[in-house]
Amino acid sequence: MHGMPAPRTGPHAMNETLLAIEARGLSKRYGRNWALVGVDLRLPAGEALVVAGRNGSGKSTLLRVLAGSLRPDRGELRLLGEPHRKGRASLVSHASFTYDALSGMENLRITAQFLGRPSGREDLQPLLDRVGLGARGDDRVQAYSAGMRKRLSLARALLQDAPILLLDEPYGQLDPPGFGWIDRLVRELREEGKTVVLASHQVERLSRLCDRALLLEGGQRVWAGPAAELPAAFDRLEEVRSKAVAV
Amino acid sequence: MRVVRAAFRKDLLLSWRGRAQGMAVVVFGATLLLLLSFAVGPNATTLRQLAGGFLWVALLFSSTLALTESFRLEREHRAIEGLLLLGAHPAAIFYGKALANWLHLFAVGLALIPVMVVLYDPGLSGIGGLIGILALGTAGISAPGTLHAGLASQIRAQQVLLPLLLFPLVVPVLIAAVRSSSLLLLGDPMGQARSWALLLLAFNGIFWPLCGLLFGHVIEE
Repeated sequence: MHGMPAPRTGPHAMNETLLAIEARGLSKRYGRNWALVGVDLRLPAGEALVVAGRNGSGKSTLLRVLAGSLRPDRGELRLLGEPHRKGRASLVSHASFTYDALSGMENLRITAQFLGRPSGREDLQPLLDRVGLGARGDDRVQAYSAGMRKRLSLARALLQDAPILLLDEPYGQLDPPGFGWIDRLVRELREEGKTVVLASHQVERLSRLCDRALLLEGGQRVWAGPAAELPAAFDRLEEVRSKAVAV
Repeated sequence: MRVVRAAFRKDLLLSWRGRAQGMAVVVFGATLLLLLSFAVGPNATTLRQLAGGFLWVALLFSSTLALTESFRLEREHRAIEGLLLLGAHPAAIFYGKALANWLHLFAVGLALIPVMVVLYDPGLSGIGGLIGILALGTAGISAPGTLHAGLASQIRAQQVLLPLLLFPLVVPVLIAAVRSSSLLLLGDPMGQARSWALLLLAFNGIFWPLCGLLFGHVIEE
């Protein structure tokens, strides 16, 4: 990211020449309101980035633009050195992208068929087991809790096997054991060489899990740096904001 | 073709799971036919003459319910956005969905034919040809219907907007379908039904490719 310290050395040093995400001046508006304003982002492949900010700061919009769900009104975006195209980044969003009337297994089967991957029960069951839905795969999604939908949504993203994974509020709707499971999953994905971007309010937790951090406020980038420094940066921003309100 | 097949199978599966709604669409169409028969009165000749027209009126109104439902499922958890994010071409998703909608509307039409025969007594001689016209006419409603249902699904008042967008566009389909159906049911000594069927074929030849091209612009934000 522009203005950041040099990336750390380590297991992902080989990938550092390749930028997984390269965005310049990304802007997006809904009607008259700008949700993103000129956001720059440079993330080397294989690294993990946490995007933090208050509600309405533009985190979800940024992830949807990176995934290709939303077309930016201004700016340029390249993924893995190429102009952006859908399918290179998988998104786990607030919406589950699933059909309530179908079972978890059927939802995964549809995804597999769209991707041209094997879609037999024996191919998909391990994925359901991995996200903890192995015993409930044949139940219809309408009977799932919000946390189970989130897990199914993750299974869908894992099936896509894209080089970049975008997780919007991955801890949302999960129970406490689910938090640790997400942490392990992110570590596993990074070991597989994936680039992971997480948008979350879990600043402390993600500062330990990620390499880099980006802080958004009103759709603008207000701070970027090593993830370890994010909690302090977040506190400083809150302090500035509360003083501004007091004045 | 792989994505078209996958989208088609997915929509058929969803229709099967929502077969209660499918039945409601048929019942709605049958009720319309019944009400219209009461409006005309007991004159057997008039009923027979209007049978083809009323079948298509019932089918058109029923189609808006079926088309709206097919996109409600896609918007519920933004499932269609998920499919697009897999890298699927919007046109492939369109053709899978339009084919499934065509099959659905054709099945509704087939279910309404016996109701029409009982209520309007047009005879059974032209039924074979009518089924052929039904296939062409429902295809003519399905392609622009799927496109406009996708457009209307992005706003809250979709059930109001869809007929406003769709009905004017499918007027040529309705005229051709009603004329050819009536000719087939009442007798067609001059062989005019063929010309109307060709018009339906031409409409489909234009609108199926056109709607496939436009679907991406309609569905993507």
